[in-house]
Amino acid sequence: MSAIDRLFEQCRREQRKALMPFVTAGDPDLAFTQALVRELARQGGDLCELGIPYSDPIADGPVIQASFTRALAQHVRLDDIFHAIAEVAPGVSMPLVTMVSYSIIHRQGLEQYVARAQAAGLAGAIVPDLLVEESGPLRAICRRADFSLIQLVTPTTPRERAIRIAHASTGFVYYVSVTGITGERAALPPQIVDNVAELRSHTTLPICIGFGISQPAHVRMLAPVADGLIVGSAIVRRVAEAAQRPRGDILREVGQYVAELAAALRQAEREATRVR
Amino acid sequence: MREDFLAEAVRRDMSGNPATIPAAACVPDAHGRFGTYGGRYVPETLTRALEELASAYEAARQDAAFQTELSTLLRDYVGRPSPLYHAQRLSAHCGGAQIWLKREDLNHTGSHKINNTLGQTLLTRRMGKMRVIAETGAGQHGVATATACARFGLPCVIYMGAEDIRRQAPNVFSMRLLGAEVRPVASGSRTLRDAINEAMRDWMASVETTHYILGSVVGPHPFPRIVRDFQSVIGRETIQQCRTQLGRLPDLVVACVGGGSNAAGMFFPFVQETDVPLVGVEAGGRGDRPGEHASPLNFGSPGILHGSLSYVMQDADGQTCDVHSVSAGLDYPGVGPEHSYWKDTGRVQYVACRDAAALAAFDLLARCEGILPALESAHAVAHATQLARTRAAHEVIVVCLSGRGDKDAAEIARLRAEAGPSRPNPPELETQP
Repeated sequence: MSAIDRLFEQCRREQRKALMPFVTAGDPDLAFTQALVRELARQGGDLCELGIPYSDPIADGPVIQASFTRALAQHVRLDDIFHAIAEVAPGVSMPLVTMVSYSIIHRQGLEQYVARAQAAGLAGAIVPDLLVEESGPLRAICRRADFSLIQLVTPTTPRERAIRIAHASTGFVYYVSVTGITGERAALPPQIVDNVAELRSHTTLPICIGFGISQPAHVRMLAPVADGLIVGSAIVRRVAEAAQRPRGDILREVGQYVAELAAALRQAEREATRVR
Repeated sequence: MREDFLAEAVRRDMSGNPATIPAAACVPDAHGRFGTYGGRYVPETLTRALEELASAYEAARQDAAFQTELSTLLRDYVGRPSPLYHAQRLSAHCGGAQIWLKREDLNHTGSHKINNTLGQTLLTRRMGKMRVIAETGAGQHGVATATACARFGLPCVIYMGAEDIRRQAPNVFSMRLLGAEVRPVASGSRTLRDAINEAMRDWMASVETTHYILGSVVGPHPFPRIVRDFQSVIGRETIQQCRTQLGRLPDLVVACVGGGSNAAGMFFPFVQETDVPLVGVEAGGRGDRPGEHASPLNFGSPGILHGSLSYVMQDADGQTCDVHSVSAGLDYPGVGPEHSYWKDTGRVQYVACRDAAALAAFDLLARCEGILPALESAHAVAHATQLARTRAAHEVIVVCLSGRGDKDAAEIARLRAEAGPSRPNPPELETQP
């Protein structure tokens, strides 16, 4: 049972939804990332996704792409990232997972990557460019290591395939809310609610929704059907200002923003309880 | 069995019947694997479109009407078959083997790229998609895509790196004249690799209504196979023309390799002709150190880039390295997975040719034969002239002259001005052949 499994077991017991912030590791440097992770945990983050910078991200919009470019411009290396995670992980209660391209995992060697990630205190990986057909070898290694391998379902995924992906996934299923790349959206497609409800009838795994979520209104809309909500670009956009402004201010603003989302989530949970 | 098929394809070409797209060969398998290379490493969002493309292509391949329409377009619109031309003065200058040029530069739009874009535009229509996107490096694929889309009345958006827009300005102007929207890509190295990233991102959001006409034998399955098949008309014609014009197959075939589409199209029909050595020429750039060249098959290692497993220039973490070539079309850190397969199986030998040698070959072909080759193709010409010097006069080297060099004239003038008066003089040539 990985730390992610334990988190969602606890959430279910407490009838609570998980708030899952995303930050890019090494943007603008790893010391800031460490401070940010601690702040996110204090302000109501339940699980933190750490984006491993990659030179050629296909699924990411301009905001996260630019954060990868900033981090890589500082020559952040995988060694340094694992080292920084190992320093911060024991002090925070929330599980940490990486969002990482398969290009990077493949380069390290699958066994090697999982072993190093686990040694650093990571609980799992989201690999956005690894399809279920190609995921067999990594899946086998992750299962042996009790390391969650979170797979993604999208609005273009046919029903049968979505079920197959859910069965192959561990930790949770990542439901991508929109057909497109990462980035904030003013409005989210209303059919997400039905699609997630449909998927839920086929899996007992937690389902978490990501891509486009940035506003308390999104949180209230999706909380009733999701086990967790992932917020990335809206945080990374705020971090982008760290080069020009005092870091303390940025940390405080991101913390405040996450606290607002957490409050919206608590409100949605209370309403759900009343309805019941 | 495959040999029979190829022989049959050649026979049908010779008898004037529509050229056929080859049936499934040994590679790739159903998962798009060329040996261990290839596959499909993309976000889940794109899976349905890739499946749809694979089945549309499979159906089209077996549809006589589709093939007739394509081969009629290739004949009447592109001007195929492209000639196989004996470069006599170039051969005499080298003083060895006879060099023959497969004249893809004479195609409509000036390169081999149109063979693929017409095929994929027909597939776009077949899938009922109403919009096209594409990436381009040198602009040849962009022009060929804009042309095919104009011909079929489809709106198209071409992604092109800002650096490539600068050095291939004539093609940018052509694309716009043809009605395409050219979107500059200012991220990363501002070249072909970033243009592919940006096109993929567009496709992530538009996949339900848009087809992505990938221009090389790279990317996720089924692109490497589809592009190879559409380009294989080059090799099939060459085999037929060699039999007719020479009475035999050539002693050597040479083509340049960036992503590798002209080389794949030339080599694929020759792969079973095991007596014919095949040589792919990568961009050797300024030197052998990382960042100085674009030669993943010579200096890289297997890794994942743009949706498939193949040789790539990557650092120890898996980040793609910056590469360099004087030629925008070869300035790419990856290569098609089938080339990786051919390299490992030893069927094709891959070498690298430096910028300076390619520029010299550009001059040489211009002065000897009155042909301005694309800088990409000039890499193949450079290596062929080197080889020709070591071979006997009765031997034949076929070079795929994948494109014309008009697009490069301004950039070459700029490079010359930069190099100043120390630049070596153009080659001394005989005035009589």
